[in-house]
Amino acid sequence: MRLLFGTLLALIIAASIGLGATWVAITQGTAYGGVSIGAWTAWPRVGTPGIDPYARAMVARSGELPIGSGDGVAFYARSDDAGQLLDGRCDIALEGITPQARYFTVTLYDLEGRLVANAVQRQGFTSQELIRRADGTFEITIGPRARPGNWLPTGGIERYMLVLRLYDTPIGLATRSGREAPMPTIVQKSCR
Amino acid sequence: MIRLLLWVLGGALLGGIVHLATVLILPNLASQDAYSRLAPIAPVNAVAPLPPPSAERSPIPFLDPAFAMAVCRYDLTDGPMKLSVPVSQAYTSVSFYTRSEVAYYAINDRAAGRRVIELDLMTSEQRGDLPGDEEVTAADRLIVESPTLTGLIIIKALAPELGLLPAARNSLTGARCQLQPQQ
Repeated sequence: MRLLFGTLLALIIAASIGLGATWVAITQGTAYGGVSIGAWTAWPRVGTPGIDPYARAMVARSGELPIGSGDGVAFYARSDDAGQLLDGRCDIALEGITPQARYFTVTLYDLEGRLVANAVQRQGFTSQELIRRADGTFEITIGPRARPGNWLPTGGIERYMLVLRLYDTPIGLATRSGREAPMPTIVQKSCR
Repeated sequence: MIRLLLWVLGGALLGGIVHLATVLILPNLASQDAYSRLAPIAPVNAVAPLPPPSAERSPIPFLDPAFAMAVCRYDLTDGPMKLSVPVSQAYTSVSFYTRSEVAYYAINDRAAGRRVIELDLMTSEQRGDLPGDEEVTAADRLIVESPTLTGLIIIKALAPELGLLPAARNSLTGARCQLQPQQ
């Protein structure tokens, strides 16, 4: 009787710990080898045959195709520079310069990786579409209401993420710091 | 009491094994992975355009809407494959994925250095079967080795401005992936 109870207890613990840890790792977790610069994080190894098992499981679950390292690298941001989660009801300024690359794109997705519906059918900018200042820097205003200049609409959704993709870039596995890769800042302006 | 603790400890250890095993097995069990999602719209060994991602629907998540894309779902069982992709105005890239979405190779137009990205895709056995002299005479032939018999090739052409998307899409219509049966 005691043996039966013990085995049962052990098996229940094993199942809940094992499956629970897997679920948390796949849904919340982040892969190994992330390169974080400001609010941005990239996982260059995910686009190579050296992808780790956790990232593989995440990719299989989400149904995405990671960007190959010979193609480019993708930086993800879910929060601003102050660590606050990006809120689609607020105005956020994305400002500065980007690392060296032939082209880059900035795209807004919901947390599941879907594009967000909005009246002007704009889901992102390419490096060529941006209006820049005289010194070459740019500012994109991300918010629910139309703004002059580079306006990326959020459609008013609560949580979203930004993906900055650099194509044909030397940034990759060896990149470690913001000095090599100057990323634009993400600052929350007003919130209503 | 000690016995109970031992059972709990044993359970926790077993839990760790369960966790590792499920993480490793999960990619093989996933039914909604990119390959499965693209299979209905991508014929085998032919280039098919991917519908542009929109807020309502997207063939797979996290697609870059600035690109025109096409997919070739390949199966090398009957021989190696020849891929040719005409280079578009701005930026063109070709990415190779295994059946389980491992990005094993990607090349862009600049790295290819020509007006047409041309390469041969084969398994390492098929490469071994190549006649020796052929490999020498075709030294500039780009050969990519696929770790698996099946997989996906994603062909992308950038539209630097929204208005150039039709042109980018148009340039992809010239892309071909065809099996080259071995004699």
